[in-house]
Amino acid sequence: MAKPAVLTHPESLKKPAGPSDFAKHPINAALSKADKVALYTKMARIRHFEQRCIRTYQQGKIGGFLHLYVGQEAVAAGTISLLGKHDHIITGYRDHGHALMVGMSMNECMAELTGKVTGCSQGKGGSMHYFAPDKNYWGGHGIVGGQAPLGTGLAYAVKYKGLKGCCLAYMGDGAVNQGAVHEAYNLAALWDLPMIFVIENNGYSMGTSQERSTAHPGCLAKRAEGYGMAWDVINGHDVYEVRAKTDAAVKRAHEESKPTVLEIFTYRYFGHSMADPDKTYRDKDEIKEYREKKDPVLLFENELLAEGVLTPATRDAINEAAMAEADVAATFAEESPDPTVADITKHIYWEEDNRGPNSTSRGTIIFE
Amino acid sequence: MAVITYREALRAAMREELQRDENVVVMGEEVAQFNGAYKVTEGLLKEFGPKRVVDTPISEAGFIGLGIGASMLGIRPVMELMFWSFSYVAFDQIVNNAGNIRYMSGGLINCPIVIRGPANGGTNVGATHSHTPEAILASHPGIKVVCPATPYDAKGLMKAAIRDNDPVYVMENTILYNDKGEVPEEDYIVPLGVADVKRVGTDLTIVAHGRAVITSLKAAEILEKEHGVSVEVVDLRSIRPLDEETILASVRKTHRALLVEENKPFCGVDAQVAYIIQAKAFDDLDAPIGRVSSIDAPQIYCKRMEDQQLPHAARVVEAALKVLA
Repeated sequence: MAKPAVLTHPESLKKPAGPSDFAKHPINAALSKADKVALYTKMARIRHFEQRCIRTYQQGKIGGFLHLYVGQEAVAAGTISLLGKHDHIITGYRDHGHALMVGMSMNECMAELTGKVTGCSQGKGGSMHYFAPDKNYWGGHGIVGGQAPLGTGLAYAVKYKGLKGCCLAYMGDGAVNQGAVHEAYNLAALWDLPMIFVIENNGYSMGTSQERSTAHPGCLAKRAEGYGMAWDVINGHDVYEVRAKTDAAVKRAHEESKPTVLEIFTYRYFGHSMADPDKTYRDKDEIKEYREKKDPVLLFENELLAEGVLTPATRDAINEAAMAEADVAATFAEESPDPTVADITKHIYWEEDNRGPNSTSRGTIIFE
Repeated sequence: MAVITYREALRAAMREELQRDENVVVMGEEVAQFNGAYKVTEGLLKEFGPKRVVDTPISEAGFIGLGIGASMLGIRPVMELMFWSFSYVAFDQIVNNAGNIRYMSGGLINCPIVIRGPANGGTNVGATHSHTPEAILASHPGIKVVCPATPYDAKGLMKAAIRDNDPVYVMENTILYNDKGEVPEEDYIVPLGVADVKRVGTDLTIVAHGRAVITSLKAAEILEKEHGVSVEVVDLRSIRPLDEETILASVRKTHRALLVEENKPFCGVDAQVAYIIQAKAFDDLDAPIGRVSSIDAPQIYCKRMEDQQLPHAARVVEAALKVLA
């Protein structure tokens, strides 16, 4: 059976990339010049951190999997820039961009990649498992879609405590076919939870395109209709649009305690992970097209240059500083110590790490 | 002390903890309006209202995952699985998320969740509803597993589990729900990781957990009356943490050990217990360690045969006599 070709794309994606339609949206108009510079700086920092990671990986200092966020910066930057004290985020394994956006340092992020005790998870999590609960950042989760129910639980807890907040659970386009995601959709809608599911649609679930993975007569977000949830599609190359449309979902969560599914169209420039040679499932020309015409950092840069917020000199200074910061992080990671053998058995159980006379737990819990 | 059922003891534990801590929430399929598929949560909705006692859809991966996420933010969910057999559809949440989050975050995030429900065979419901996953789950560092055998232990372990700051999985037994026993009315807990000598003896140590404790106590009676053998029965109560000291002290006294459990034999809890005994009390043993488990097949439906498949007193007696020979 032929697949219906009716794709619901954001209007702005149907025309050549240019000045944002959303620059004057109230949520963006409210940004001061300094706010805009800060937002651009954060996007540039994600870009340069990730590019520095490639070098560190190629030097053999990062083990395991490394999923890069290059090309997707406007998604984390736009959405997280809207969040307040009682708003929480949780994401999948492509988690570096979100980490830097919530204010985690390049040092702790790079050191985690190299498995050092100075890493955000003390070398116990790795690239896919960053955490910073003090910044309302709940990971960094390795199993596709597994974080969706957890995020729904964070939203449940926010509501239970009577706080005006929400949870954004990010996932890739490959996660929309996982059962756990649908169970989370159902619970969020059934219980009116202040929840925003963000599908970062970069076009490929590992090496499989949507056409080959997903029965979708419309867009992926439209599946929300089956659960009676609001949904929207967003051009993820335009940080102003990401902010404007995500803001509506945040307001829906805060004011009405209702969930939303957002599908943000984006693109990754590198393979699924560094282990992906990226030769079998897409054309080099496609990547080139995105890099040259839809790059989110470049588009925002052009926007701010046109607005007079940035000058070529300030732009260059921001990028040089971000590169230098990433270099410092790489050195910090390299010079930091490994965890010790004794550290292997710490942080397994709270009760074991905090034993006292009133402990609820005794006996042998770590076995020989 | 009041004499109440195992079911009432579990309910009392949840009721008291709901009263004690406003962050405790009872959640699961049919726990509220329906009063519990096995009536363990009967009356809790009426007393505490729908914010604290919450019916979920049939969606174990979803609602267990939701509970785990909520626990990360300080809610203390007590989640009912109608059967522990249903945990298999939520395995990623139960193992990967609840079990690993503290470790992978370098100790930054805790997961004070309780998941409870029956985990037993012997009810004539076939293989899919008769799993006993305590060994599977306890093999994951980060997870705690307890298996109460009596009303006293059910209440004390449940209260300890709810107050514990780690994920604790409480495996109950539908066949024990109507068993009665003395339970104090005042507040108490049974700490996790403390075994209990349910019967004192001198000739043989039987180590058991869950309903196998009750079976072993029956066998011990027969062994004393018909064979003049004095049997000590050690109830593990908690699988992880495990009270190695009580097991070893008993074996050092009796010099013989028989391990009884309702799991299938391969990689059961008692495989680990046998390893510990031989590693730490080898010189104290006068005979090889004996073992009684369920017959190694998926759970059979036919009730007469299922009663044979599970350890029963006659099989325990026979195995005990071999260890004593």
